[in-house]
Amino acid sequence: MSAPHATSAAASSSKRDARPIAFVSAQALRERMHDAVNDPHLRKSFRGAMDFLMAKRAAQFPDESELDSLRTLSEGIRQYSLSRLPDLLEQLEAKLTRNGVQVHWAADADEANAIMLGIARRHAAKTIVKGKSMVSEEIEFNHAMHDAGIDALESDMGEYIVQLAGEKPSHIIMPAIHKTKEQIATLFAEKVPGVSYTDNVDTLIQIGRQVLREKFEQADIGLSGVNFAVAETGTLCLVENEGNGRMCTTVPRVHMAITGIEKVVEKLEHVAPLYSILTRSATGQAISTYFNLISGPRKPGEKDGPEEVHLILLDNGRSQAYADEQLRKTLQCIRCGACMNHCPVYTRIGGLAYGTTYPGPIGKIISPHLMGLEQTHLLPTVSTLCGACGEVCPVKIPIPELLVRLRGEAQSKPHDNPVMVGQGAGYSALASFVWRTWARIYARPGNYRMFSWLASRFRALTPSRQSGWTAARTPLTPAPRRLRDMVRDRQ
Amino acid sequence: MSASRERILARLRASQPAQPLPTPVLDAHYTPRARNEGVRERLARFRTGIESFHAEVHVSSEAGWPALLGRLCADKGVGTLMYGADTPAGRQLDPSAFAATVLRPWAGAVEDLKADLFHRVDAGFTQTLGAIAETGTLIVWPSEAEPRTLSLVPPIHFALLDARDIHPTFFDAMRAGNWASGLPTNALLISGPSKTADIQQTLAYGAHGPKELVVIVINAEGEVQ
Repeated sequence: MSAPHATSAAASSSKRDARPIAFVSAQALRERMHDAVNDPHLRKSFRGAMDFLMAKRAAQFPDESELDSLRTLSEGIRQYSLSRLPDLLEQLEAKLTRNGVQVHWAADADEANAIMLGIARRHAAKTIVKGKSMVSEEIEFNHAMHDAGIDALESDMGEYIVQLAGEKPSHIIMPAIHKTKEQIATLFAEKVPGVSYTDNVDTLIQIGRQVLREKFEQADIGLSGVNFAVAETGTLCLVENEGNGRMCTTVPRVHMAITGIEKVVEKLEHVAPLYSILTRSATGQAISTYFNLISGPRKPGEKDGPEEVHLILLDNGRSQAYADEQLRKTLQCIRCGACMNHCPVYTRIGGLAYGTTYPGPIGKIISPHLMGLEQTHLLPTVSTLCGACGEVCPVKIPIPELLVRLRGEAQSKPHDNPVMVGQGAGYSALASFVWRTWARIYARPGNYRMFSWLASRFRALTPSRQSGWTAARTPLTPAPRRLRDMVRDRQ
Repeated sequence: MSASRERILARLRASQPAQPLPTPVLDAHYTPRARNEGVRERLARFRTGIESFHAEVHVSSEAGWPALLGRLCADKGVGTLMYGADTPAGRQLDPSAFAATVLRPWAGAVEDLKADLFHRVDAGFTQTLGAIAETGTLIVWPSEAEPRTLSLVPPIHFALLDARDIHPTFFDAMRAGNWASGLPTNALLISGPSKTADIQQTLAYGAHGPKELVVIVINAEGEVQ
C-alpha cells in the first residue's frame, strides 16, 4: 500500500519515503500527477532528458528502410518466441541445468523473494550487490532482504543514487533521470562518509566507483536481471555500460539472476537483431559497452566466475497476459524505454507519479497484469492515445490499442469469466448509464434530431460545472442554432 | 519440480497457439545489407566505431606488438601488468620489453589474488577472439588461461586483435564461429572503457570497469598468409 502522503515524493526529493510505492490509489495518482505537473524543476529535467534521448535515438536510425526491416524482424522474433513460450522455457531449463545453472520457478513476488532468501541464508550472506534489474524492483527485493537483515546494495550508478536518496527509479533505463547534479552532489555530501560537496560529474562518478568497488570485492552474492535468455544454448545475456553488471555476475561466489518468463528466445542468433534495436531505441547508442553472455558457473580449471549460478523465472501475472491473444503482445517488450521517452504524458509528469515499478506507456499496459486492475484501473486512462509509443516501439507492440482494450476491461460491468484479475474494477453505473444514453441518442437519427432541438432551445439551462470537464476548461454549451437549421436556411 | 513450475507451464500450455508462428528468417534482413569489403575497410570501420567510444587503437605487427605494449605501459605509468601466461600471446611477452612495468602472470584462483587484482594491478592484458566492424566492438572469450576479471577489474585493459578476425556484424561473427554449438561459461562483447550517463545525461568514463581500453591491432595489412 502507498504511504498516505507519497504524492510529494514525485514532486520533490525532499520527501524520502523508501517504502514501496508499487500501488497508489486513484485519488493519490491524481494528486501525484497534479503535483508533478506543477513542479517546474521536474518538468525541466524530464523535458530536457526526453528531448536528448529522442534526438539520440533518431540519429541511430538514419535509414528508414533498415529501421522498418529491423522492427519487423524483431517483432517476428518476439512473437515467434512467445508462440513457443512453454517449450522454450523447458528447453532453457534443461540446457541451463546441463550447464550447471540451478533454475527456480516463482509464481509471484513472495515466492521469488523466498527462493532468493533461501539461497542467501544457505550461504550466510550479509551483502548482496545488485546489477540493474527492474524485475527485482517489481518484487521489492531490497525490502524483502532488508527485512531479513541482509544488505541489498544497488551498484548501477543511477540506482545507487536513487537508493541512497531513499527513492525509486523514475525511468527503467535511466533511474536517476529526475535528479539534477546539484541534488546528487548534496546527497553524496550528506550520505557518503568523507565526501564534501562537488557537482563535478566525473568526480561524483569516481566517488561512486570507489564506494562500490569495495562492495564488489566483499559481497557474498551478486544479483542481476536478464535481457535475453537463450533456450538453445542455455545462456543469459546482459546489456550494460558501467561494468557493474559484469562485476555482480563475476566476482561474488554466487550469482542469482532473475527474469520474467517472457524474456526467452529460441536461437542465439535471435539476440543479434534484438540487442541492436534495444540499445539504439533505448539510449541512442549503436551498442552498449558490454554484452555479457553467461552460460554457466565456473568450471573446474577456471580461475574466476561464480561457483553457483541461479536463475529465477518469475510469472507474477505474465501468464495472465499470455492467455489472451491481444494482451499477449504486451510480453513482446524488450524494456528499452523508448515509449516513455516519446510519451507526452510521461515527459510532463515524470516516472515517479505513476506509482508503479514500470512507468510510462509500457507500465500502463503491463502493471494491470502484475498487480490486477483493482489497483491499476485508472492507469490506462493516463494517456492521450496520441500513438507515439506504438510508433517507436522496436517490437511493434500496439500500445494504444492495448490501452483502449484495458480501459474496456477496467470499466465494463464485472462479469463471470474475466480474462483479467480485477475486471470491472473501474465500473461506474452512472458513467455506464451516461454512455448508453449517449449511444442511444447518437446512433439513431430521430433521437439525435430531437435531442439537438431540445438542447439548442434549453441551452440556458446548461450547468456551468460539468464534472471533470470544467476543472480545466470552459463549460460545454450547445449552439443557439443547430447546424441542420443553418444548412436549411441557406438552401 | 516445484508446484509453481507445473502451474506456470500448464497455464501457458493452455493458451499456447496450436501452431507456432513461422521461424524468423534473419538472412532476409542481413544478406541484402552485407558489404563487400576487405580487411582494410573492416578495420577502418571497427576503428572509427571503437574510437568513438573512447578506446585507443594502435596498429602493430606480429613481431612488434610486445615491444609496443611495453612502450604503452611505460607511457601510461603501468606498474604491474597482469596477463595469462599460457596463451599464444602470453608466451610472446618478454620482460625485457617492459622496463618500467612488472609483468605478472595470473596464478591461482581469484579468491587468492582478489586484493591484488582490485588494488595493486594497474592493467590487464587479454587476447581477443575477434571484433565487429559495424559497431566497433571486441569479442572476448575468457578462458582458464585468461580469466573473466582480467578484462574487468584492472583500470586499464589492453587487448590484442588480429585484423583478419574482424567480422562485419555481430550476426556474422556468431554465424562464422558457430557460437550456437558451444559457448564458454562467459563470452563478452566490449565496446570501449566502462561508462555511465546516469548523472544528468553527462557521459563519464571509468564507471565500474576499466577506465581505459587500449587495442593493439596486428595483421592489418590485408589477407596475407
